[in-house]
Amino acid sequence: MSTRQLELEILRYDPEKDEEPYFQNYSVPCQDDWAILDAVNYVKENLDTTLAYRWSCHMMVCGSCGMMINGDPKLTCKTFVRDLPDKVRIEPLENFPIERDLVVVLDDVIEKLHRVKPYIIRKDPAPENEEFNQPRSALMKFKQYTMCINCMCCYSACPQYGLNPEFIGPAALALAHRYNIDSRDQGKSERLDILADHDGVWDCSFVGACSEVCPKSVDPAAALQQMKVDGAMEWWKRKMGFPGGDS
Amino acid sequence: MSRNPYVRPISKTTWYLRNGRFRIYALREVTCLLVGFYSFLSIFALRALWQGADSWNAFLASQQSTPMVLFHAFALVYFFIYQTVGWFQLAPKAMPLMMGEKKVAASTIVLGHYLVWALVSLFLLWFVGVI
Repeated sequence: MSTRQLELEILRYDPEKDEEPYFQNYSVPCQDDWAILDAVNYVKENLDTTLAYRWSCHMMVCGSCGMMINGDPKLTCKTFVRDLPDKVRIEPLENFPIERDLVVVLDDVIEKLHRVKPYIIRKDPAPENEEFNQPRSALMKFKQYTMCINCMCCYSACPQYGLNPEFIGPAALALAHRYNIDSRDQGKSERLDILADHDGVWDCSFVGACSEVCPKSVDPAAALQQMKVDGAMEWWKRKMGFPGGDS
Repeated sequence: MSRNPYVRPISKTTWYLRNGRFRIYALREVTCLLVGFYSFLSIFALRALWQGADSWNAFLASQQSTPMVLFHAFALVYFFIYQTVGWFQLAPKAMPLMMGEKKVAASTIVLGHYLVWALVSLFLLWFVGVI
């Protein structure tokens, strides 16, 4: 198998020594079938053991190896060396504080994922001691939104989140939508106050970058636009004195 | 080991120049200026109509000058076509359709919109006597 020399320009930051991040260059002999994660692993194993970054599965499941590759948020395990130029700039995901080198602080998003109540809420009792059957057509409505692996590439691509970190953001809102349109859920009106608030769906101006960079084709932008329609309908229902539609 | 996360600054005034996606978005948002312009133009047209035939004919003549025709042509391409393509692409995202157990393909919904657009345009052209 042939090899190709790749010049990696990696953003480094040591919170104990550095005032601000800086770029460090590494020359890596890459094989044709390598993902960029393999090249970063090569740096760690052969050139610089101090480099810090997250990864786990190397197969687009764990969602931990998201980084900026030449300015675009991508999973490094899904981005192949053969598709990249000879010089590659690798930075930590944008819009997040840098913990160290390529590791970012995700506390804010974790809190938001909790805040949107991402679980089935029932007002009527759920069936006991039996399966909660759901027709396939009901499953197909929300299935794509269950594919999110929380890689946070969408947050990194979203300029609204970058400008206003209070914005709940694409992945958490898409997750809320996944439960809102689940036929077993009755918690839509309970989530509405969080989702339709100032920092909820209305902060989205449909740049659409979240869906373009999503490595799992979740399409969070679609979820957010549907939630805007839902939110407006619910607001009118409340204004007109109709009961909210929870199921 | 102490934590000292570094927050990268974001320019509030030039962030939209950062990549192609943001630039396309900014170009879409700038069309609001044309919306504003055409709102004022409609008000001027109504005023001219209210003031009588002479005023209305003067308004029509002002719109037929070469710079105005060029401007309207530019607005048609940039504003109407760009916005139409953008909003038709959004339609299947905002209003997904289910046919039984399957989602209707986004391309089918978008094509439906173009079809309705063409039919409405043909009707309007027939209605005003162009065809």
